[in-house]
This record gives sequence, structure tokens and C-alpha cells, in this order.
Amino acid sequence: MAMSDASGNDVAIGNETDSKGRLLTSDGRPLRAALDRANRRRKLTAFGLVAPLLAFIVIFFAFPIVQMMWRSVDNPAVIDALPRTLVALEDWNGEDLPSEAVYRALYEDMMADEELPRLEQKIGPLAVRLNYEVSAARGAISRTSRNVDEFEAPFKDAFMDAHRLWRDTEIWRIIEREGRPLTASYYLAAVDAEYDENNEIVRADENRRIYVALFGRTFAMSVVITFMTFALGFPIAYYLSSLPMSKANLLMIAVLLPFWTSLLVRTSAWIVLLQGQGVINEMLVSIGLIGDDNRISMIYNMTGTIIAMTHILLPFMVLPLYSVMKTIPPSYVRAAKSLGATPTTAFRRVYFPQTLPGIAAGGVLVFIISIGYYITPALVGGQSGRMISNEIARHIQSSLNWGLAAALGSMLLVSVLILYWLFNKLVGTDSLKFG
Amino acid sequence: MTNKLKLIALSSAASVLALSAGAQETSLTVVSWGGAYTESQQRAYHEPYMAANPDVTIVNDDGSANALAGLRAQSQAGNVTWDLVDMLPSDAQLACDEGIIMEIDHDEVLAPAPDGTPASEDFLPGSLGDCFIPQILYSTVLTARPGAFEGEQPDSIEDLFDTENFPGKRALQDRPGTNLEWALYADGVAPEDVYDVLSTPEGVDRAFAKLDTIKDDIIFWTEGAQAPQLLADGEVAFATGYNGRMFNAIQVEDMDAAIIWDGQIVEWDGWVVPAQGDNVDAVMDYLYFATDTQRLADQAKYISYGPARASSAPLVGDHADLGIPMAPHMPSAPDNYYAPIVLDNDFWADYGDELRERFANWMLQ
Amino acid sequence: MSLPAYYTAKDKVWHYAFRVICFAIFFFLLAPILIMIPLSFNAQPYFTFTREMLTLNPEGYSLRWYEDFLGDEGWMRSIRNSFAIGIAATVLSTSLGTLAALGLSRAEMPAKGLIMGVLISPMIVPLIISAAGMFFFFSQINIAQTFFGVVLAHAALGTPFVVITVTATLVGFDQSLTRAAANLGASPTTNFFKITMPLILPGVISGALFAFITSFDEIVVVLFVAGVEQRTIPREMWSGIREDISPTILAVATILVLISIALLTVVELLRRRGERMRGMSPQ
Repeated sequence: MAMSDASGNDVAIGNETDSKGRLLTSDGRPLRAALDRANRRRKLTAFGLVAPLLAFIVIFFAFPIVQMMWRSVDNPAVIDALPRTLVALEDWNGEDLPSEAVYRALYEDMMADEELPRLEQKIGPLAVRLNYEVSAARGAISRTSRNVDEFEAPFKDAFMDAHRLWRDTEIWRIIEREGRPLTASYYLAAVDAEYDENNEIVRADENRRIYVALFGRTFAMSVVITFMTFALGFPIAYYLSSLPMSKANLLMIAVLLPFWTSLLVRTSAWIVLLQGQGVINEMLVSIGLIGDDNRISMIYNMTGTIIAMTHILLPFMVLPLYSVMKTIPPSYVRAAKSLGATPTTAFRRVYFPQTLPGIAAGGVLVFIISIGYYITPALVGGQSGRMISNEIARHIQSSLNWGLAAALGSMLLVSVLILYWLFNKLVGTDSLKFG
Repeated sequence: MTNKLKLIALSSAASVLALSAGAQETSLTVVSWGGAYTESQQRAYHEPYMAANPDVTIVNDDGSANALAGLRAQSQAGNVTWDLVDMLPSDAQLACDEGIIMEIDHDEVLAPAPDGTPASEDFLPGSLGDCFIPQILYSTVLTARPGAFEGEQPDSIEDLFDTENFPGKRALQDRPGTNLEWALYADGVAPEDVYDVLSTPEGVDRAFAKLDTIKDDIIFWTEGAQAPQLLADGEVAFATGYNGRMFNAIQVEDMDAAIIWDGQIVEWDGWVVPAQGDNVDAVMDYLYFATDTQRLADQAKYISYGPARASSAPLVGDHADLGIPMAPHMPSAPDNYYAPIVLDNDFWADYGDELRERFANWMLQ
Repeated sequence: MSLPAYYTAKDKVWHYAFRVICFAIFFFLLAPILIMIPLSFNAQPYFTFTREMLTLNPEGYSLRWYEDFLGDEGWMRSIRNSFAIGIAATVLSTSLGTLAALGLSRAEMPAKGLIMGVLISPMIVPLIISAAGMFFFFSQINIAQTFFGVVLAHAALGTPFVVITVTATLVGFDQSLTRAAANLGASPTTNFFKITMPLILPGVISGALFAFITSFDEIVVVLFVAGVEQRTIPREMWSGIREDISPTILAVATILVLISIALLTVVELLRRRGERMRGMSPQ
């Protein structure tokens, strides 16, 4: 009976059948319908239990992220600020400077903007937006708009006198290109590309390529960190799994204490140890291994970031490895040995392959956490230890290029989600355990 | 268990309520730079003002480094929680153009000098902005740690680039401003021509080429307090930094270092008032008090930044805790002002983004 | 430990070398954390052991950094904030997360994989992205720089841990118990509090502890979403490290390490109790 797998028993089965021979419940309804209804109700109850959290996560977590990612293509500034100019620009041939009609439209747009209450004015955001495309646009636009009420026809000359940028077709090409609701320019910037004078996509000037190299470095550092945690984590996980339970639990504290200790505490610990006047350098100097003026710089660079992050992420490697190794029966290796395998062969051919799920779980976990890491590189990374997260934070907080931050963030997020999907394929979320 | 849970829920709700209570009186959130600088404002402005106005509490927030981002986000949300913000004139000009801070009629809002000179004439020439009320003149200076060198001590910007005679790490700020100016100055460009040269692509290349010569010895710092810290920790031989913080570290915390006034890069710093704030009247009352002649002179008792009013200069006295005269430690003291580079905000507004990008790239390479 | 008789000399060397390597790695894990404890009693403002400290001269030790910490209004406020925010976020995430775990562990839950993916996402998405998203959204709905906003953000970050730990306890949960109780006339509410709750309690508590420590240790979201009134301990430490790193940081760190030891002990005890109760403990 279909009853057996369901937890409910709210359908009482009667002994009658109806005219078509279907089973009926005690109140005379067909059994199938009653079961369906009960099933639906159970589904609804189950969903009802999940719904509050689901709604909470969607509203306060998922939606804000989607909304932020939208900023990477959202492009309202030109459309809002220069509606007349955009219409006038439709007739522009794209090669010479636009006609007087276009400059007049620009003048009208700027004058109309002055009428608006200060907080609704659009020229300020326009200046910021266009400055991402061409340096000096901000200065050109805000200085022009400050004096625009004194302009007189012919406006073309007035604008061209006001700032050198209005004498160049470049700004007009950009206004035309960015006068659309969606833009690709943030993503282009995020992969070190830009538009050339024919609106073709080309690689950015060599001096201005940043992000591809930074993504590369972030990945490379994450690979190194993942490998280090594996190299350090595998032996101790193996050792722990070979010990009797009581001893293993005791030594496990060495793994769990760092895991439970505040991230900032662990990061400051490494500053204390590694800095120029820190514990390690002082020790080396006092035993005469290095000179007082020859202290090793181990912090505020990539070395410091890798050491500190390896320490911080090591438990994430050890815990999954340990839980996999605990389930490997020692009898396999013993059997291999008794069949004549050397200990090395037995380890390599019999034991190691069985630990692969643990290595995959730990490896992907550490890698995912590393590529999005922010705090430790920010505190001990200096310049050479900077990662992509630091650049995202910089664009949100100080350079204020939110579109570019969103584009970089979306690229990071997509990489993480792909890895997580891979992780699920390999090991499944069920193997995520803590403590 | 249910009772325990209830208890936890209640107590946490209560503590949240308790922490958000006390809003009956006026609380002003003042955003500034933190550290010794906020401390000097606290003692020279906030404490006397709160003593005279017991219903006002002033809360310090050290968010100035990210002030423009904060102002934009708050203004977009229509939820302005900052009442008064300390920022640089270049950021103030941007915020002003975007309409997210208030335009100020200086003579109406600010106190006249004691002799009746209106504020607009009392504040030093070029310091006032449409939305900007200057407080101080500060400078970015080079500082060296004598212990790092045997024999001859460095005394010029040129020495910063001389790794042969003055070896050791150099702590520079992680942005192009000051670094590019100094690279050109050290390369032989006169202080007053620095920005003209930097406006040309060749000039920019020249500055970066000069920086390349010391690149392997650079440690970059981000926030004002890190520079003296790196010197004090002996991590570096040279550090660039704000003269007030350096003064504090050397005089108050006995750091072994000396300021090199050659090529000091001088700039104003001051207040802006966010538009749409809830406490605009209270803020204006505070500003009238905090930017008057005596208060600006008082601030110089706590930190070595020059007051922005002409009438404050004669009133600058001794350091409040150390008792040493402050005038010789001001950027504007004649002995210090022999080769200043005056920061050109128009230049940075025009070329800033491009140079920042190139500088970020240069740092990564 | 005696080694098997058939071990060759090479085996023996390897056996001991392996142990030395393992203990070196354990040392790497623990030493950085433990070394801060004695240094926090340094009488000098240095991050190294002074001569007085090494010779155990009492002059070399002092409580001045603890006094600094306890006498500082900023630090004290951050402690109050951390606990208030942590507790409120824990209550919210534990109640929502436990309910959801109960639903998710039912066989008839539709679209389980997809929903689980969404619920786990706060743990997977890099914090900088979550923080940036919340920074913009919370500003728009007027809850940036409020306690409420920080609590909501931390609750969202904490729920995956509750969902995972409670779901894990429900794996060994015998559904026939609730069915039996229902047959005997127990209402769903009675059923929950009398049957389900006691059984999943260890999972709920360790989930709650994870949620609490997530909030207590969280810094990235606080950097973006919290204002000066909501500064937490990690936020104060962040400023401390970036601005003037003094041994006060070490005093705070020592106290935090003690707190983590306490939390770790509770979680360990719960885990063992849970395993015993479900008869899953390998004897």
C-alpha cells in the first residue's frame, strides 16, 4: 500500500468499494483522491515549515545580491540627464563634431537640470558616469554646467570654449554609446578591455590592465593555499584517524580550537609573529641567525597572506578528510600487505584512492573560501597579497565605481557557484559537517 | 526550555531597545578621520560645545576615508544618518556638484572674526568652497627614522629616491596623489611646475619611471595611522604621512623620527553638511561655534595643523599636554614652508581616475 | 607505544618521523593562538618577549592592557553590541532554521535540492558580495546603520549552520515516534515539544552556537552595514589592527580565545551526547 512510505495516517480505509470497484474510505470518498489530498496537505505543511526561512533568505539575502549585480549593466545616467541631446544625436554621422542643434540640445538639457531641486539633478551623476569612460569628463561637465546659464548662441562655440573635451568627438561617441538603458562597459573594464574610436572592443592600454592579472593571482594564491592545507592536513587527518577515539578527540582540539577562534584573533596572531619586530624575527636576531638590520619581511606581502590563510583554512581541510578516513576499514590495507604489497604500495594503491572524496570535499571548500577572502589579505596582504575581494571593496568604498564593483563581484560569484556545483556533484552538501 | 528561550528572546529584545533608546535629546553624528585628529576635534570643539549645550550629544564616527561613498549611499536611500562630515575639498566639490551636501553661505552661517571681519574674508584665500567650510591646513610630509641610517641623515625628497645613500623600506600611500608629485620634484621639476608637467603624458611617464627606481623598497599604507605605526615598528626607514599624525607620534609617543619639510604637499580639510539631515539646525549652531576664531586656534593645541582663519594664527599657543609652542610645528611656519607643493584639486578632479587606475596597475606589477 | 615486531629499521624511522611531522603541524595550528596569551601580559608595548618576561621577572608582566581594554568606552560598547546583536541574530536564525529543517527532512518536501541550495547560499557566497548587496539594499529600505539591519544580516548568515546541524540530527530521527504520538492523540504542538524537540535539541543548540559564533566573529558585513553605534568587537579589532596595533588587541584576543574554548567545549559535549542518544557513537 502507498501508505507505508508516508508519515501520515490520516486516511482511514473503509471496507467498501464504489460502483466502479475503486477502494473507498470510511466516509465514502474514493481512496486515491483522499490519499492525493492528504499527500498535498503534507506537501503544503512541509513547505509551510520551510517558507518563513525561504522568504527571509530571498528578501534579505538573495534579492540584495541580485539587485547589486544588476548595477553591473544598469545604465540610467545618460538617458536621465540628456534626453534632448540623445534625440538630436540621432542624426549625427559619428565622424565630425555634431551640429549646432546637438549643442543647443545639450544646453537645454543642462538648463532644464538647473530648474530641478538639487537632489533630483541629473548632471552630477552624469559627470560621474562619463568619467568612468573618459578621464576629465567629470571636470568638463561639472565646470561647464556651473557656467551654462551664461552661455549664448551659437552654443557650439560656447561649449567648445568652456572645455577642451567638447572639441573632441570622443565625448560624443561615448554619450551616444552609453545613451542606452543597459551597458557592457563595466564588464569590459572588468576584463581589461575597452572601446576604441570605432566602437570596436579592444584590449585596454597596457598600463591600465589590472583585473585579469588580479583574478589570475587570486586563483593562483587560492591554489597554493589549497595545496598547503592539503599537504599539512593530510598527515594529521591520517594520524588522527589511526588513533583510538579518546586520544583522537583530545588531539582534535588542536584543529577545533583555531576553527572556533575569531578570525581577527588569528590574523592578529600572525601579525604579532611575523612582523619586523615580531616574535619570529626577534628570535632569529637574538640567536644570531640574521642581523638586526636584515630582518625578514614576512608580512604585508603575499607570503604573509598565504601563511595566515593556510593556518585559518587548515581546519576546513582536516575535518572532511578526517571524517572520510575514519570510515576506511584498516582491514583493506592489512589485506593488501598480507598479499605482499609493500607499505608504500598498499598506501598508494589501496588507502589513498579511498580518501579522494575527503580530499575533493576539503579542497573545494578551501578553494571556494580562499578566492572570496577579504579580511586577511586586507590586513596582512600589503600590495602583493591583495585579492579580488579587496578590489571590489575598494570600488564600493573609495573609488565609488559601483558598476565596476558589481561586474567584478558577479564574475567572482559565478566562479564560486560553478565550484560549488562541482563540489555538490563530487561529494554532496550532506558531507558538510562542523565540529 | 521554552521558558529559557523566551527569556533569551526577551533579554535580547530588551538590550536592543535599551541601546537604541536615549534619542529624546539631540545626538549629532560627526564623521571624521579617527585617531589623533578626531581626538583634537573632540577636545577643542565637541567637549566645550557639549558642556555649553547639555542636551546635545556628539558621536564620533571615523568614516571620513569612505565619506563620499557613505554620503552617496545615504542620499540615494533618503536615509541620512550623518549630521556633519569632515572631508577633503576635492571630495567636497564632487559631493557639492552631485547635490548631496548643502551649499553654505559662509557669512550667514559662520561667526565673524573678533574684530568684525566677515567670515568670507577671515578664512584664508582659496580655502572656502561652495559647500565646504575649511578648518585646517595640513600637509603630507616625508618622515625618516634616524636609527635607520648611519652617518648622514636624509633631508630632502630627493633622498627618498636615493636608495644608495639611504637604504631601507619606504612607506608610501597607496594612491597616486603625493607620490607622483614627489617623483617629479625629486626628478628636478620645480614645485610650482609639477602639475603642468603631470598634465602631459610624458610627464606621467617620467613620474612613474622615477617611482620605478624605488619600487622594490616600497610598502604601501592605506590609512593615516598606519604610516607612523610602520615607522615606530621599525618596518620602514621612510614614511610619508600627515604632518599632524607624525607630530603626535614624535612628540607625544616619543617615536624616534624626524619630519622633512622639503616638498610638503599642503591642502585644506574641513566640514560639509549632508543635505536632508535630520538635525540641520543643531548642526548649524554647532558649526557657528566650532569654526570661530578661538576654537580653530584651540585645535592647534592638540594637533599640529594650521587653523584656516587668519584671525586664529596669533592665538595659537602651546600644546595642551606637552606645553611646547605649537607655531613652529605648523605646516605654514616660515621655517617649514620653504618648498611647498600646493595640492591642485582641479588637476586631480580632471586626471584623478585615469592616474588612479594606472597607479593601481603599477602597484600590482 | 610498542611497534609491531616485523617493523624494519626503515619502518621505525618513518614511524617516528611521521609523528614528529604531525606534532609540528599541531604546533603550527595552536602556537600562534596560544603565544598571544603570555604576550598580552607584557609590561612593555611590544609584541615580543622582553628579557624580564623570559626570566620570569614579575616586573616584566602587567595587567595594563587589560585595564586599557576594560577602561575604554569604545571596547565596552562593542562588547554589549556583540552580545546583543549575536543573541538577537541567533534567536532569529535558530527559530527560522529549525522550522525549515523540520520541513526539509520530510519525505514529501517538494523541490528539496533547489530550496536547500538557496538556504545554504549565505554560507557559499563570498562575504564581500553579501556585504555589498546588503549595503545597497539596506540603505534603500532604511535599515543600514541600525541594530535591526545588522541583526537581520547576521541572522541570514547564521541560518545555513542551523539548517545543516538540525537536518543532520533529523537523519537519525525515527519518524514512527511522532506518528505513534499522533495516533495516541497528541496535537502537532504537543508532538513537537514533547517528542521532536527533545530529540533534536542537541542539533538545535549546536546550530544556535554556530549561528552565534558566526555573528560574534563576523566583520565584513559589519564593515559595510553597521554604523558607529553598532560597532562590534571584531569591528573594534579591525580599527585597532589597522590604526594603532597595541597589546590591547592581545588582551582582547586572549579573552576571545577563552570564549571560544568555552563554546568549543559545549559543542563537543553536545555532539557526544547527540551521538549517544541516537546510538550512533562508535563504541
